[in-house]
Order: sequence, then structure tokens, then C-alpha cells
Amino acid sequence: MSATITTSLYGVAATLIQIVAVGLGGPLLVGLMAKVKARAEGRVGAPIVQPLRDLRKLLSKERLHARHSSVVLPLAPMIILAATAVAVAISPLVSTHPFLGSSADILVVVYLLLTGTVAAALAGLDAGTAFGGMGSSRVMTIGALAEPALLVAVIALSIQSGTSNLPSMMSSTIAHPDWVFGPSRLLALGALLIVVIAETGRIPVDNPATHLELTMVHEAMILEYAGPELALFSLGEAMRLGLLFSLVANLFFPWGIATSDSVLALAVGVILLMAKAALVALGVALIEVRSAKLRLFRLPELLAGGFVLSVLAVVTGLVTK
Amino acid sequence: MELYLAALGICAAAAVLAAVVTRRVRVVVSSILGALGCLLAGGVALRILITGSTSTFHTSQLLPMSGLSLTLDPLAALFILASAFVGVAACVYCVGYAHGAMASRTAMTLLFVFILTLLAVPAASSVVSFMFCWELMALSSMLLILTNQAHSSDARAAALWYGVMTQFGAASILLGLLLASLGTDQTFSAIGAHSSQLSPTLRSFAFVLVLLGFASKAGAVPLHVWLPKAHPEAPSPVSALMSSSMVAIGVYGMIRVGEDLLHGGTVWWWVSVAALGVVSAFYGALHATTSTDLKRLLAYSTIDIQGLILIGVGAAGVLNDSGQPVVAHLAMMAVLLLMVAHAGFKGALFLGAGAIEHATGTRNLDRLGGLIHTMPVTAFVVGVSACSIMAVPTLSGFSSEWLLLQGLLHGFADSSTPALIVMLLGVIALALTGGLTAVAFVKVFGIGFLGQPRSSGAADAREVSTSMKVAMGWLVVPSVVIGVVPGAFVALLNRASSSALATPVVSPIDKGTGLVLSQLSGAIEPAALFVGLVVVLIVVWAANQRLAQRRSRRVDAWACGRELQTPRMQYTATSFAEPLQRVFADVLRPQNDVEVTHVAESRYYEQSLLYENRVVDVIEMRGYRPLITAALRVGRFSRRLQNGSIHRYLAFGFVALLVILVVLA
Repeated sequence: MSATITTSLYGVAATLIQIVAVGLGGPLLVGLMAKVKARAEGRVGAPIVQPLRDLRKLLSKERLHARHSSVVLPLAPMIILAATAVAVAISPLVSTHPFLGSSADILVVVYLLLTGTVAAALAGLDAGTAFGGMGSSRVMTIGALAEPALLVAVIALSIQSGTSNLPSMMSSTIAHPDWVFGPSRLLALGALLIVVIAETGRIPVDNPATHLELTMVHEAMILEYAGPELALFSLGEAMRLGLLFSLVANLFFPWGIATSDSVLALAVGVILLMAKAALVALGVALIEVRSAKLRLFRLPELLAGGFVLSVLAVVTGLVTK
Repeated sequence: MELYLAALGICAAAAVLAAVVTRRVRVVVSSILGALGCLLAGGVALRILITGSTSTFHTSQLLPMSGLSLTLDPLAALFILASAFVGVAACVYCVGYAHGAMASRTAMTLLFVFILTLLAVPAASSVVSFMFCWELMALSSMLLILTNQAHSSDARAAALWYGVMTQFGAASILLGLLLASLGTDQTFSAIGAHSSQLSPTLRSFAFVLVLLGFASKAGAVPLHVWLPKAHPEAPSPVSALMSSSMVAIGVYGMIRVGEDLLHGGTVWWWVSVAALGVVSAFYGALHATTSTDLKRLLAYSTIDIQGLILIGVGAAGVLNDSGQPVVAHLAMMAVLLLMVAHAGFKGALFLGAGAIEHATGTRNLDRLGGLIHTMPVTAFVVGVSACSIMAVPTLSGFSSEWLLLQGLLHGFADSSTPALIVMLLGVIALALTGGLTAVAFVKVFGIGFLGQPRSSGAADAREVSTSMKVAMGWLVVPSVVIGVVPGAFVALLNRASSSALATPVVSPIDKGTGLVLSQLSGAIEPAALFVGLVVVLIVVWAANQRLAQRRSRRVDAWACGRELQTPRMQYTATSFAEPLQRVFADVLRPQNDVEVTHVAESRYYEQSLLYENRVVDVIEMRGYRPLITAALRVGRFSRRLQNGSIHRYLAFGFVALLVILVVLA
């Protein structure tokens, strides 16, 4: 009995650590990527903690709501945050058995992320402005094209493990190190990288630094946000980024994650998670530096490429099974 | 069984009452009577699902020669339960909704006849009883589509399309069932017992005929063309019933005949069912994304969900035939859950669309907007149901689609080629439609309810009456309940699925509140997720109130510094879906026309500019129109025989008589 209590206590601890780690780490990853980009472009750049400072500044500002907006405007960032936080809570990021880990299905995570996208798109339409609608329409278009690649890539990984339960997927990867460089995994990794870039709105899909009206995607959608609501929105988006980076890192390289109940294992898990996510962020930032933003109507080719990769991942997985 | 008959009797009484009493009594009293009948039928169906018993009834009084046979088994009971649940909502909704043509004697009587047949078809257990109920269902729904024909010529065309398609389907089903019953009695139990003695070719032939008929009722592409015409034109309670119950009965027919009567047959039957499903899911989702007529969009989304259901039926059939009964049951249970979930949210969405049409006078999304301020209850109902259809976690769409994906995922363990192909295509179809459905329903809610009103009708909208709100609220219940505690329905689903697939197995899903597949590995606990979401929402809300200032100030929208923001500058439903329409232009074949009028003085200045964008159903234009023109040509040719001259007709008669005499001699 006491063993189960200890296990669930460690589970609760792991869940809380994950939420805090992603909540703080997400904005830091955004800052890190900005820094890496600045350095690569020969600038000094803002400090890595700048996104956190921005959040604090925004929280102290006045709460402004656009004239024709409804309850969706304040509700949407909260829903994004809630959906992302629950996804973070159940995913095995620091430990393979967080609280609720038994229902930590990768499909739940996929659909919680979709929920966030939907909430954001509705927020863009709420104020009834041209730019908001443009942003929402584009975000949903990209989302609709990225979703198939994401889902099929995830299924490819699940077929290999025989389950879509995330902790079991990671444990089985740890038990079979040879899977990591198998063709199916590498194809799925390629597909997931494209999806992650699309879902987090990075170059070449979207430029997070742009404020040029006609090229905006995500920025156009959140034009009507200010003050505390913008802070929540940005935090939610940063946590999404943190979750996606750490999940991709852990799915393909789970070593370091805590598999046993001890404080040391959890500590190692947190530190290695940070390191892995930072590596992914570094990679994505370097891709951003090296490439130009694609035209909106060239994006389907990229995302269809991701979809084809993921279907190939399923097929090769079945052939080599 | 007596109670079930009583329920049918109450619905019949409601129909009779609607035909004789005055308008006000008709709308209120007979609607309430109809709702009571549905409640009773639903209760009986629920009891059968709980106890797992089967009861039969036969009378030789009602139908000549063969009599009427009814059998209630768990599979039939589940479909009756879903129809009854939507039926209650449709009846209650009518109290506030029925006006004009819908409140007429004919329409109200037909509505209750339609509900009666929806409750009766799954129970019919002989060829004659089945075809009788089926035809009554088809005819009553066809006449109901004509309700608003005085105002809409589209309604007449829709009823004609529907009538032709459904009659071809019925003929095909009748032929198939007769083939299956060769050499035996026409009761379903006799067909089931005898079908293994039929030759495989004959059985396959019978199945293909039956499949054609049921697929056209289920809205499977390419037999779907009637659906996006008929569902928008019917009054909203009728379209809710058609879209959530009647199309499901098409699937019921496939399962009943294919699995129960013909015992699963061969693998290629189910591969073709799954193939129909894949095409329907993708085609339906794509058209739903680009439709701007709200009810047409919902009709296409029905085709999409029916496609997913057919994929599941196909997967279950293939796996059952290739010796994977546990996964087959999982897929079948997923399909049944998706059917019930779909009945709930699609019913609610159609009733919501009816409320919008009632309040604004239009169902064109391009002319709506801002309704969340004036119609908060409708906004809530449509919002929750839209989230459910988009598979937002802890709502019914998610639970059922997760189960379906688990069925496909574990189906990959079967290594036979047909199974792998079906699973792979099924996963791809689910993946492709997921994102497209999200676009379609973000569009419905975001354009319809948010922003500024795009027409005076939308600006002057008022919330609908209490009975309509109650009816819509009733249909939101399954979305939430099935979503949060799907485990509560596992026992019922298992009974229904066991009576569909002959091989008995232990339920692949464990007992409990969530869905735990301990035999196959995989689990979700939506109740815990729901609690987690609520807790985080409360924490974030409280923190937001504490850390930042509470009061908010209303200001003009910023919009990059634009001062003037008219409603016409907003994105519309058309422009919202335009990027995807362009991406999928090869499938959708959109037609664009630009017409520029120049001022008289100079061609460099434009006076007016007309831009037109239309997306028509390619299958209808390329597949059906040539058939129709050919049929018309044959008709025109045969008219030459019949030119009105009495001499010619006498000559025909004389020649015919001579021919007969010669043949007989």
C-alpha cells in the first residue's frame, strides 16, 4: 500500500515539475531561439529571459477588450493554457509515470494541441476585423494540412510500440535502442519536425518576428490582444512550443527520463529534458536562420511532403516488422 | 415488447391527432405526445441493452399475406435508442419551431409517421415488414422535404433527387434480400439460418445489391448526391432526424444483412465497405470546409462522419473474417459509439441551424455574424457540439474517434494484406478529415457567431423560444456525458456489438468510467482529463484576476491602426475557406467568374466589378448529369411513339394483339 502511495506521490511531483519546467522553460526556449538567431546574424540580441520579462510587463498593463468582441476573447487564452497544461501534465517528459500517466495517450496530446489551435483561431475571428480573420483562416489552413502528417506520424510510432500510450512507447524505445535509427523512426522524425515548425509558427512556415500585414499568420490572429490576455496567450503559445520540442526529443531519444522513483532520477530527468529541448530549439533556430519564409501557397507542398514522409514511415514500419 | 408496441402506438396516435385537431392543439399536444412515445421507445431500448434479452412479436393482422414481424435485439435497440433520443428533441423543438407550412396538418402528421418508422425499421425482422417500414420512412421523409416547396424551388428538386435515389436503393435492397431468402422463408431468422447453404456467388451478389441500397441511404460517396440537397431543404427537426438517425439506419442495414444474416461473407465485401468510407470521409470533409450554406455544410459533414463509420464497419468485418475477433469487436463498438455520438451532436447542430434560420431568416454563413451576443444559448449549443465533432478531448466525438483509432491501430497486428490496406487507408482518412473538420466548424462558429453581423437579419436576431432551447440542450447532454464518462456505455455497446458479430468474446474494453483496453494496451480516462482542464482553467482565471487588474475597458478594435471597421471588411465564410479551396482545387473544381464593367470614358477605370465563386458537387456534375440527360433523351424519343393520335394507339393495340396471337399459336 505504502509503495503505491509513494509511486503516486512521485507521480504528482513529476507532474508538477513538468508543468513548472515547461511553463518557465517554454518562454526561455523562445528567448534562446531569438538569441541564437541574433548571434547567427551578427547581433547581440536580447537576453534569454526577455520573454519572461515581457510577460511580467504585460500582466501589469490595462485590460483592453475590442468593441465587438465577446467572451471568447478572454476565454481563448485560458483554454489554450488549460489544454496545453493538461497535455504537459500527462505526457512523460521528466518521468515515465507522471500522475494520470496511464491515460497519457499520444492521441490525447495531439487533440489537446488541436483544441488550442481551434481556440486561437476563434479568438482571431472574435473582434470582427479583417486581419484577425486573415490570421485565423491561415492558421487553420496550415493546421488542417499539418494535422494529417502529425496524426499519421504518431500512428507510425504507435504501431512500432504496439500501443499509443506514451509511457509505454518511451519504455519500449528504451528497451529497443536499435529502433532509434530504423528507417520508420527517421521518416517519422522528419515528418514531426515539419509539423513542429508549422505548429509553432517558425520560419519557413510563419515568421514570428514579422509585423508586415500581408505576411502575418499568427501575429495577425492576436492583433486585438493586449495586456494580461496577451500575456496568457503568449505563455500558452510558449508552453505549446516547449511541450512539442520536449515531446519530440523524448519520443526519439528517451534516455535520461526518470524510470524509477527517486529524487535523483527526477533531477536528472529535468536537467536532461532541458538540455534535449534546448538542442531541438537550437536546431529549429538554425533552420530559421538558414531559410526564408515560404509563400503561403507554397506551404501545402512542404506539409504534403511531411504527410508523405509519415505515410512512408507507417509503410516501412509494416514492411520491416 | 408490449411497451415498445405502446410507444409505436403513441407515435401513431400523435400522427392521427395531428391530422384532426386545430393548429394550436396540433403543434403543442401532438408534439408532446410524440415526445412521450419516443421517450417510452428509448426506455424500452435501453432496458433491452441493459438486460441483453431479445423479444419478438408477430401479427398477421397488419400486413396482408406475410404479416408484420418485429424483433428487438441489442443491435436494433441501440439504433432505436439513438433515434428515440433525437426524436424527443425534434418533437419538443417543434412546439416552438412549427409555423407556416411546418405547422400544417400534412407536415405534422408526416413528421410523426417518419419518427414512427425510424423507431420501427431496426426492429423489423422479415423481408416484407422491413421493406414496408423502409418505404414508409422513405416516403414520409420525401414528402417532408416538400414542406417548404411554396417558397423554394430547390425543395422540389431536392425531393425529386431524394425520391429517385431512395427508390433505386429500395429496389436494390429488395432484390438483394429476395436473393438471400431463396429457398427459405422470408423471415430474417430463417434467412440467417439458411444463408450458409447458399452458393458464395449468390451470397456475394445479394450483398452487393443490398450494399448499394444501404450505401445510398447512408450517404456514401458516390451515392450521396441527394443528401446535400435534401437535408438543407427539409425543416430543421426533420433534417436533424434524417442526418442523425435515418442515415445511421443505412449503416444498420449493412451490419444486419452483412454480419448477422450472411455471416460476414468474404473479406472483399468489407474492403469495399471501407473503401466507400474512405472516399466519403475525405469528399464530405472537403466539401464541408468550402460550403457556405450552414445546413449544406452540416449535410456534407454527415457524409464525412458516415464515411468514418463505414471505415470502422469495414475494418470490423475484415478483422472478423481474418480471425481477430477481439479487435473486430473493438472496431464495431467504436463505430456504434460514434453513431450514437453523431446522433447527439449532429442533431444539436441541425436544430441550432434551424434556430439561426428562424431568428435571422438566412442560413448563409456569409450573411451571419455576431450571434453570440443576441443568441447565447444557441451559441453555447452549437459551440459545444462543434467542439465535439472536432474531437476536442472530453467530448463525445473525441472518445469515439479515439476508440476507432485504437481499433485501426491494433488492427495493424493482423498481417493479412487486405487488413493492412484497410487499416492504413482508414488511418489516413481519419487524419485527413480531422484537420478539415476543424476548419469547417471553426468557420461555423467563428463566422456565424463571432465578429459583427453581416446583414440586417443577423443584427436583429432574437434568441429562440424556450421549447427550442430545451430541445437543443437535450441533445448537448450526450456530447458531454459520452465524452466525460464513455466507460458507462461500454456494457451496452458490447451487447449490441456481440449481437452484430457472431463470434462471442470478452469485451475488449474494461468496466469503469474511462476506456481501458487491458487486453490490447491503451487507455484514456476522460473524466480525469476533464477535472484537470477545469482545475487549470480555475487556477488560470484566479491568477489572472489576482496578478492583473480586474476591470476591463472596451475600446475600438486596433486592426493595425485602421479607423474604419465595417462588417463588410470582415472575413466571410467564403474567404475563410478560400486558401484550402485553392489547395484542393483539383478535387473541388471551383468555378470563378470575374465580370468587369468599365466606365464609358476610359477603359482604365472600372465602374463595377462582379466576382463569383461557386463550388459544385463534381460527382453530381460529371457522374449524374450525363445519366440524366441520357434518360431525358430516351424520354423525348419515346414521346414520338405517343403523339396523341387515337388511330396510332389503336394500331399499337392491334399490332400487340397480333403479336400475342402469333406467339400463342
